[in-house]
Parts: sequence; structure tokens; C-alpha cells
Amino acid sequence: MVGQETRHVYMDYSAAKPVELRVVKEMIPYMESSHGNPSSMHTFGQVAKRALDESRTKVANLINAEKPETIVFTSGATESNNLAIKGAANRNKARGTKILTSSIEHMSVVNACKSLIKEGFQTVFLPVDKFGLLDLKKLDEEIDDETTIVSIVYANGEIGTIQPIKKISKIVHAKNAYLHVDATAACGQVPINVHNEGIDLLTISSNDMYGPKGVGALYLKDGVHIASMLQGGGQERGLRSGTENVPGIVGLAKAAEIAKDEMRSESERLITLRDDLIHGLLDPVPYAFLNGHPAKRLPDNVSVRYSFIEGESILLSLDLMGVYASSGSACTAKTLQPSHVLLAIGLKHEEAHGSLMLTLGKQNTQEDVDYVKNLMPSIVKRLRKISPLTPEELKKQCIRTK
Amino acid sequence: MYSDKVMDHFKKPRNMGEILNPDGVGTVGNPVCGDLMTMYIKVKNNRVEDIKFKTFGCGAAIATSSMTTALAKGKTLDEAMAITRESVAESLGGLPKVKMHCSNLAADALRAAIKDYRQKQEKKIEVQK
Repeated sequence: MVGQETRHVYMDYSAAKPVELRVVKEMIPYMESSHGNPSSMHTFGQVAKRALDESRTKVANLINAEKPETIVFTSGATESNNLAIKGAANRNKARGTKILTSSIEHMSVVNACKSLIKEGFQTVFLPVDKFGLLDLKKLDEEIDDETTIVSIVYANGEIGTIQPIKKISKIVHAKNAYLHVDATAACGQVPINVHNEGIDLLTISSNDMYGPKGVGALYLKDGVHIASMLQGGGQERGLRSGTENVPGIVGLAKAAEIAKDEMRSESERLITLRDDLIHGLLDPVPYAFLNGHPAKRLPDNVSVRYSFIEGESILLSLDLMGVYASSGSACTAKTLQPSHVLLAIGLKHEEAHGSLMLTLGKQNTQEDVDYVKNLMPSIVKRLRKISPLTPEELKKQCIRTK
Repeated sequence: MYSDKVMDHFKKPRNMGEILNPDGVGTVGNPVCGDLMTMYIKVKNNRVEDIKFKTFGCGAAIATSSMTTALAKGKTLDEAMAITRESVAESLGGLPKVKMHCSNLAADALRAAIKDYRQKQEKKIEVQK
């Protein structure tokens, strides 16, 4: 580890992304000169109001929403997920109190659903297969006339698996329930068409599309009714009170516009890098495996696992070499529990501990990929040399502790 | 998140490896929790003459294992038995709070190795009797 030239290779784009310069430039006027409140009737207010309207159109265009008014701006994906699930559940309580979701959702969906359980709702966390694809048969079995909302992630950010949303939607709509889709990781990477795919509510994150943090959106199909969570001045059709974050919203809209124009070419570029990196991480190393689906996969997502070693020590070793990534290991989590997503796809705890997630982005190049590919085998080799585990020993130790 | 000393021991672990025909072996933790460590000792004149470790776990687990061996080497068995999780963490310039319990098991593994050695000795004496 000594004597080599250190590069800085950021491969944790799903944790946070840099804001595009084109986005920053678009935002600046709304922080400086055009700082009005869209609710004010004077010229300053109307300039801000116009920016808000134009932003709504741009975000609606990205997902082929029927009209701009279907977009509600929020403080980010966590708020959008909470508003969608709690809002739909509470508003439609008279019709039923059952909520369906998957076992590989983001914590903002998991915990929103759990909080509803305390209020008397029933939540079912549907299983997924070893690739992370939703069990459609189970969805069909569980959905009933009491079900008002089904919340499924478009593509999980940890393992990258893209769900068959159109098929899911057909099952959900056959029972007249709403389909909420958390598109935080997917939006801006893969084309989403709420109309064709039959999506009733859709969560959008700004930073995941190279927009600023602290802003997001919720698409609400025309005619879908939900309850609001914040009481105040009635902004955003009464669904999200509070003076609009105009610079943030303008940034999100610009990011959406860029994503719409450049998604195809950037995704093609990322898929080439992604597949090259996956092969480079797995092929030269024994007992190395891919997490998630090999083909139905987000362009930016590389998720692998190495037996006999632990994820945090892989991350530390990479960090020392200027590579920044993440892991589903318990040792990197505040809870000291391995990622629920990795456990849901059937990994044992000791397998989840050895996971490594690299998410690619605009600034990554083939040189970055080559650098990581070259580094990884020696890191794994070193940590395995320190580790007492071997295939036989792992089996023995796991039996011992059961 | 880690001190320089922790990173130093993570980068250059002291006494890493196995001892063939050790006088005592101690293993603590389990792979399900994400931490497993084994200590091997050679004892001469009631002192830890040689010590080696193997660890599966996070950076803190590797660093505490390394530091434990560094502290124990050359000590009498009673002195080595007195090494605690706290004294290992202190020698490393502190550990993050969440790592104090799950990843700081090396001192326990060392004590298990010494106990293993002492039990083997007792058995030997019994056989001789």
C-alpha cells in the first residue's frame, strides 16, 4: 500500500452526488436578485411564481406526467415517501387499512409503514427473490379490497435491481389500490413514464439527479387524493404548506431537464463501465459474488460480496487508496445490523458483512474503473490473510454459533 | 472516525498469522455477528514468548487484535491476563463508542488462549501423577 500514486475515485454516487454546474448557475439568481415569495402578488413574487410553474413543467416532462399540477415539491425523497404513504393511507382509511410494500424498501418507506402499524393499519412486507425482484404471486395473494396503497421501489439503490413496475401496476389496479413508486435511485437514470407504467404516486429526489440536496417531488396522478402532513399556508395545493424552496426547486427542475436530454448517452456510458467493473471485481477473485440482478440493473450500481472478510475493513482499505465506496455490513451501520435489503435477498449475516457497493457517476472514467479493478484483488488477498475464515472454517464456526 | 494509531495497526498489523503447535489457542466472536478472532500463544518460563492472531472483522477488530498481541508479547501470564478491552482501546488512542463492545474482543481471546494453556498444563500434570 506504500509508494503508489493515490488517486481520488469517488464511487458512492448513491449516497450523495455533486451538483451540476449548469444547475448551480440556474439557481443563483433565485437566491440573490429574484428572491421573491411565489405567494406575493407583486413583481418579485410573480417572477418566483413563474420560476415555480416552469419548474413544475420540467419535472412533469421528465416522467411524462399528464400535467404540471401533478407535481408537488417537497424537501426530498424521505418527505415524498412519507407524504405518499401516510397521506394515501390516512385519506383512504374508510375504504381499507391494509398497506403492501416490499422487504427491500428504503428506511423512509419502511419506517413510514411501521408508524402506520401503530395507528392501526396493517402492513405486509412482501418477499423478493434472490435477485431482489418482487414476488408477484405473493403480491397477488396478499392484495385485497382492504388494500388502499402498495408502495414498491422502482429500483433499489443498494443492489440496483429494477422492478417490473408495469406488471405490478396491473395487479394493484385490479384491486383498485394506488401504486406508489419510490423512484429515488432510478429517476434520471432510466426512462420513467408514469402514464405507460401505471404509476399513481412517484417519489423523485433532486440530489440523486445531480440537483441540490433538500428538495424533491411527489407526483400525484390527477384524481389521486391524499391527506397532507403539514398544516400552514396551503402551498402546493394544500398538500405541502411552507414557502416554496424556489432556488432548490429551480435546481431540481434544471437537473430533470438535463437528465431527460442526456440520460440515454450517460446511461450507456455507465453500463459499459459498470459491467467492466463487475467483471474486474469478481473474475480474478475466488469466492466473490454479485448482489442483485445481472441484467435488470441500474446503470450506476455495482454491488458485490467477498466471503471470509468484512465490508468495513474493505472500505477502510479502499479509503486509504483514495477510493470512496460503501457497504451493507453491520459494522458500517449505526444499528450494527447488516442491511435489511441484503438479508431480504437471502444472504446470511456472514455474507452480508462482506458486501461492497460502488455506485458510479458522471465524473467516473475508465481510468477510475481500471484503478479500482487493479486494487481490489490485493486488498481482498490481504484481508483474507488476516482472517481466520476459510470455506471449511466458516461452515464450522457458523454451525457452532447456531 | 478512527484514531491514527488504529489506522496504523490496521495498515500494519503486528503479529498477524498462526503459530504451529501453539501452547494455547483462544477464539471469540462469530462470523454471524461480523467479528471472529483467534489468538495463538507460545509460553516459556510463564511468559508469553510468542503470540499471533487471525481476525475476521472491521478495522477496529483488526487493530485491537494487533494491539493486544503487542501489549501481551513478553509479559508474564498474569500480566497478560490483566489486559482488558479498556486498556487495549486506551492504547489505541480510543475507539468509536459503537465499536467498544462488538469489535473489541481481542483481550477476551487472549485470556481464552491463556486459560487454554493453563488447562492443558493441568492435564499434563494429572497425567504425570
